Amino acid sequence: MASLSVSTGSKNPPLQKLRRKLVPFAYLSPTLILLTVLMMIPIGTVLYYSLMDNVIITNTPPAFVGISNYLEILSNSEFLQALRNTLILAIASVVAHMILGLMFAMLLNTNVIGPFAKALFRVVYILPWVFTASIIAILWRLLLNPNGVVNYLLLEFGFIAERVEWLSSRDLALGSVTFINIWAGYPFYMVSFLAGLQGISNDLYEAGKIDGANGVQLFRYITLPQLKPILVSLAMLDFIWTTHQFALIWMTTGGGPIRASEVLSTYTYKQAFTSYQFSMAATTAVISLALTTFVAVFYVRHQRANEQ
Amino acid sequence: MSKKSISFLLVALLVLSFGGISMAQDSVTLEFSQWWEPELPEGEFRALMDEFEEQNPGITVELISGPYSTTRDQIVAGAATGTMADVVGLDGAWVNDFVRQGSLADLTELMADAEFDDSELAAQIQLNGSTWMIPVVNFVYPVFVNEDLVEAAGIEELPTTRAEFAEAAATLTDVENNVYGWVLPLSMEQPNGIQNDVMSWVWASGGSMMEDGLPNLVDNEDVTSAMVFIKDLYDAGVVAPGSFSMREQDKVEEFTNGRVGMMINTLAHINLIRDRNPDLNFAITALPAVEGYDGPRGLPYASWGIGVAENSEHQAEAWKLVEFLMSAEINSRLSSIANAFPGNVNATPDFVETDELFADAFEVFQTGYLANEFVGLPVAENLMREFNEQFQLYLDGDLEVDEMLANAQEAWMVHFE
Repeated sequence: MASLSVSTGSKNPPLQKLRRKLVPFAYLSPTLILLTVLMMIPIGTVLYYSLMDNVIITNTPPAFVGISNYLEILSNSEFLQALRNTLILAIASVVAHMILGLMFAMLLNTNVIGPFAKALFRVVYILPWVFTASIIAILWRLLLNPNGVVNYLLLEFGFIAERVEWLSSRDLALGSVTFINIWAGYPFYMVSFLAGLQGISNDLYEAGKIDGANGVQLFRYITLPQLKPILVSLAMLDFIWTTHQFALIWMTTGGGPIRASEVLSTYTYKQAFTSYQFSMAATTAVISLALTTFVAVFYVRHQRANEQ
Repeated sequence: MSKKSISFLLVALLVLSFGGISMAQDSVTLEFSQWWEPELPEGEFRALMDEFEEQNPGITVELISGPYSTTRDQIVAGAATGTMADVVGLDGAWVNDFVRQGSLADLTELMADAEFDDSELAAQIQLNGSTWMIPVVNFVYPVFVNEDLVEAAGIEELPTTRAEFAEAAATLTDVENNVYGWVLPLSMEQPNGIQNDVMSWVWASGGSMMEDGLPNLVDNEDVTSAMVFIKDLYDAGVVAPGSFSMREQDKVEEFTNGRVGMMINTLAHINLIRDRNPDLNFAITALPAVEGYDGPRGLPYASWGIGVAENSEHQAEAWKLVEFLMSAEINSRLSSIANAFPGNVNATPDFVETDELFADAFEVFQTGYLANEFVGLPVAENLMREFNEQFQLYLDGDLEVDEMLANAQEAWMVHFE
């Protein structure tokens, strides 16, 4: 380590002191440069655009407008609907992902089924995670088509009297894309929970059984508390990811019919690439960033608490 | 090796490298961003570019190809950052925005500099008195009719008026067997259904949605009657279900699978339909007009347009490429391989003489006129999307026709102020 210290042979103590202070920054500089180029500059630029008018696709000079873009967008009913839909999509997805992920993880962790069946279920259950968003969108567009397999089966078994327009109905579109998002995302929870379950010591369950605990009590007082750190982290990450979900919604409903499944990401895309309102798109992006930062702060605090 | 030899070698290398630089400076590489190459048979478009390179030594064309929507996003990003490719494939719906931004070169000036005679061009997209885009080939949108279904339903004549179309659609509809008379794609992701399947009814009867360069939707009898006509079809249950999230490719799929009797669609899909369902018998006819209208029928169309980037350092060379693609011979060949109608008035694609369906379509094309009022409008795709929102509310029964058109007009006017 001695060779890493600054030993320039300089007889100037203040200069030596300064150099010593700068050394840590020199070591950090690759990371700092990357962070600046990949994070700070883009975020700063978007923040700057959100305070301006006439940016990017325009031949008139940009004008500083302060927070008026924010005031305009926060009073815009279309934006508020997109925000509401985003929250519905994110909250419903997180809750359903958690329940389904835990259910399937427990199923795969049980001793009731044999190793071959377990391996088979693992492959089947993880499949949605393997597909890209575009494949998932195409697959579910075909399945949920009025002439698709879903309607066919529901009609055959008498659950519905006529074909349902899952993605074309204003009442069902948001629910349908939420369902697709749940289907696409639960394996991530499942795999994480499975890893967590396999890390719980059997001693705890045996001790519980000796104390007379039944299956529900074992789950409530041993499994859940043991999984809690994973559970909270996953929920927060999933919330952030789902609020950024774009491809799946864009390729299934495009935010429609009308604006029934419009979310912040599709709203931002339309503002930027079809209206060329890059200032408003930047404003929406900053609000979205604030929303996810709020959750991210909780996530970091939670991680720190776990470390302590 | 002696010092002298080494010095000589270094000097020789230096001279050669300067020579190399000067040779490199003589050659020009043109970037050409478009979505055409993937839509043409493999290698065909590149072969045309190779021919151009042979005719123009020193100019190399680098094709930047991608799907339509990706190309659009790329061009928008290029326009924003000043890194647009030298030559760009354009849709008429994008032109206004790029012109306002100053990212397209004035083709009128380039034509004048090259002393090009523009009388051979079938169309030029102009704004503020200058040409910014030239349609290279055009894809018209006539009505495709499933002849098997028509025959089974006992319909003897293809519809020529709206009333006949409504009657035929009702006759063709057989809900029990999941067959519908017409198909209407109104996806919010790709709102071009408003242009091709909705407004086309207005243009087919000689109507217009514009007046003096401004939207004219309110108290416009041509627009109102077309909207009421479509709503009547929708309410009558003759439109295939799933309209509100249906895209153009879904529409073609429904028709190809024999679940739809009639659709308005681009001729570019004829071969696709034949490939997917070789047993399907279908015919092509002009879009029906309102009763009593005997004027020329406006035919909706989409173009593969071409433009030159303002930021290009090689505009003269870029123009040579445009001129090459617009020459009668090359334009004929490109039209033939794209199954499109040429942008050069003297070009004749092969398929007109060899394919009966295309011959019918060519007749429809020649008796009508190209009509697409969204070409050249500001934020054209957004205009379609805004109209689409109101139109879906109207079809769902939430709005009356006048209310719907007034709302759409109000939304549109913001972009014309």
